[in-house]
Amino acid sequence: MHELLLAGFGGQGVMLMGKILAYAGMKEKKQVMFIPSYGSEMRGGTANCSVILSDEEIDAPVVSKPTVLVAMNTPSFDKFEASVKENGIIILNSSLITREEIRENVKVIKVPASDIAKELGNERIINMVLLGALVAATNCVKVDSIMASLKEILPPHRHDLLPLNQKAIEAAMKLDK
Amino acid sequence: MNKVSSFPKTLVDVPWHYCPGCTHGIIHRLVAEVIEEMEIASKTVGIASVGCSCFCYDYFNFDVVASAHGRAPATATGVKRVHPDCLVFTYQGDGDLAAIGTAEIIHSAVRGEKISVIFVNNGIYGMTGGQMAPTTLPEMKATTSPYGRNTALTGYPIKMTEMLALQDGCVYAERTKISSVATINKTKKAIRKSFELQMTGKGFSVVEILSTCPTNWGMEPLESIKWMEENLETYYPVGVIKDEKEVK
Amino acid sequence: MTNKILMKGSEAIAEAAILSGCRYFFGYPITPQNEIPEYLAKHLPKVGGTFLQAESEISAIYMVLGGAAAGARVMTSSSSPGISLKQEGISYMAGAEAPCVIVNIMRGGPGLGAIQGAQPDYWQATRGGGHGDYRLLVLAPATVQEAVNLTYQAFDLADKYRNPVMILGDGILAQIMEPVELPEANMQLPEKAWAVGKNENRPRNIVSSSYPKVYELEQVNIRLHERYAQIKKNEVRWDSYLTEDAEYVIASYGSAARIAKAAIKMARAEGIKVGLIRPISVWPFPAEPFQRIIPQTKFFLSFEMCTGQMIDDVRLAIGNERPVYHYGRLGGVIPLPEELLAKIKELVKEAK
Ligand SMILES: Cc1ncc(C[n+]2csc(CCOP(=O)(O)OP(=O)(O)O)c2C)c(N)n1
Ligand code: SF4
Ligand SMILES: [Mg+2]
Repeated sequence: MHELLLAGFGGQGVMLMGKILAYAGMKEKKQVMFIPSYGSEMRGGTANCSVILSDEEIDAPVVSKPTVLVAMNTPSFDKFEASVKENGIIILNSSLITREEIRENVKVIKVPASDIAKELGNERIINMVLLGALVAATNCVKVDSIMASLKEILPPHRHDLLPLNQKAIEAAMKLDK
Repeated sequence: MNKVSSFPKTLVDVPWHYCPGCTHGIIHRLVAEVIEEMEIASKTVGIASVGCSCFCYDYFNFDVVASAHGRAPATATGVKRVHPDCLVFTYQGDGDLAAIGTAEIIHSAVRGEKISVIFVNNGIYGMTGGQMAPTTLPEMKATTSPYGRNTALTGYPIKMTEMLALQDGCVYAERTKISSVATINKTKKAIRKSFELQMTGKGFSVVEILSTCPTNWGMEPLESIKWMEENLETYYPVGVIKDEKEVK
Repeated sequence: MTNKILMKGSEAIAEAAILSGCRYFFGYPITPQNEIPEYLAKHLPKVGGTFLQAESEISAIYMVLGGAAAGARVMTSSSSPGISLKQEGISYMAGAEAPCVIVNIMRGGPGLGAIQGAQPDYWQATRGGGHGDYRLLVLAPATVQEAVNLTYQAFDLADKYRNPVMILGDGILAQIMEPVELPEANMQLPEKAWAVGKNENRPRNIVSSSYPKVYELEQVNIRLHERYAQIKKNEVRWDSYLTEDAEYVIASYGSAARIAKAAIKMARAEGIKVGLIRPISVWPFPAEPFQRIIPQTKFFLSFEMCTGQMIDDVRLAIGNERPVYHYGRLGGVIPLPEELLAKIKELVKEAK
């Protein structure tokens, strides 16, 4: 069972990333649940959401000890670092998160996501870069399912962004190897 | 009169929870400055309504009662009747004052309740995420008017301040806006006038302030000010709507 | 299989209402249920329906009364503070025997409280809520799929018993997304000979809760009471989990029941024989499954996201036969399975 916690600024596409993962999991006939944060929680500060992907029925609608944390910025890293399960994974956007000391008992994957996104020409695809890194690190869903989900979630008038998104995901996947 | 530039003692020095570019912060500051300049903080009671400004009790450094959605004028009535010497004002959004609270605000004016009403009109329900308000302009999109406000189905934007001004108990009603230093100063003057009228025992008064909600309008802060002036203001012209008694 | 779609609980409730033949929605914005009106604002017009945002919850519920009296399938939704405001109108609808569906997505109270999901309105929902001696049929879904199924059925039940039906959810259920299968659109709505409207070929109809003659009003109360008895007989719904060999039984509904299930799995892994009874209809309350299990059970534990309200019904069901405890978190704090597990262990230790 994967219990993913995705956290960043509101505008960094955290919710979209979570939805894509849940969608992709559903396509693979997994049990899935997407849990957003909402309300004034999202005003200004950090936005976050959780995704549970499982082969068995999902009970509790809450992720308190994620197996994977994706942190897009320092505030969300600070807030959730301690919550990650022992031997879990922390994927962080090292373009923004520069802190050196990180807790033990977790695997840390540093991805210069903002830089990669910038190189690819669009800073708004930071989430896709991190999504690629997440999939590479966990195999929680297949890249094909992600791409198929993206197509369904993005409104048709934004389908021109699909190739760029794919590039971002692939760039990150290569990085891990 | 507008020389206060240091941080007013009538505000608590904590970060706002408001979105970047939100005009609630500016209006809080104006209210706080006027109270400080009039030296009446020790006898001021603010009544918080329900909207993005419902946490204003975290910022105002004087007594505040938090009322329910739409009911601030009724709560203000209770406080004022117990403490007629206090400055009692409500701070209400357009959803709060012009929808669920229509009865309370009208009847406070009708009774000539000696309170001041700070009415922040951004044409939308900010706190709940951008639903249509009674003040939402025709054709304007909101999350519950996804195809644009259809006047055939939902009627026309409500002109509350004009309606309040019609009541004999209302002594002063003005609409201002927050868009520049000049209009901010004008707003401050209007707030001061309203508070002075109250402290000299005159009746009900209201200052409607045209504002912005960059977040739910989906605009950058500067863009939203421009949109407010070009759209909201054409429907809701600024200026004095009623001025019964001269303030000395 | 493949026609599952991923939906938010609130949106799923809205879609299920449309599929059930609901064409009128009246409401007022409040978090955490805004996605219900927002979804219906978008989709009701596409099926010839009407979405109208009222100026308050009070107004919204009386619009519902009008629509229901006119014979339509009507819904309103809100969250705790707004449901409080609707109580007067709900009482009028119960008295006027006007069917409708009311969704309450509960949040932390009292007062303005907070927007996070909680379960502090159980009493209000199951004891009538407003003034007068009446009941609502109250259904409490735990999953998005169940929210779809129950909302879909709620309109039939409302029409069948000519009584308001409440869907009692919480902020968690409304906000999570899960895959759901949607039912087919209901095209055969019941005739309502009692409704107002065009009346060329029938005597006039009156939909009213006003009965100034007390003996008449007494008869109305008796009639309603008999109907509630029918509902108690026919509409009790519940689910259970690992109760066959359970020595300890948790009572929990809605989102909390899912957390309970997770805790039970943990407890079972440690050899503690715990089971779950999950009321789906919280009114009428499923007393019988609790009673049946008394002999094998050492204690009952009511697990709710409040200080303990359903515990009253559990106690009424089992009397003084066994101890009934409570555990919960308050104000919108989501209790974790680990916490509940700790409570179970503590109680098991004491019981020995
Ligand atoms: C009885 C009740 N209904 C609904 C709500 C939800 N609610 C909170 S704020 C708000 C509207 C706020 O809009 P407005 O007054 O325009 O203030 P703004 O946030 O735009 O400043 C609503 C509907 C509530 N708190 N209580
Ligand atoms: S939502 Fe709108 S009104 Fe509320 S704080 Fe943000 S900008 Fe201001
Ligand atoms: Mg507003």
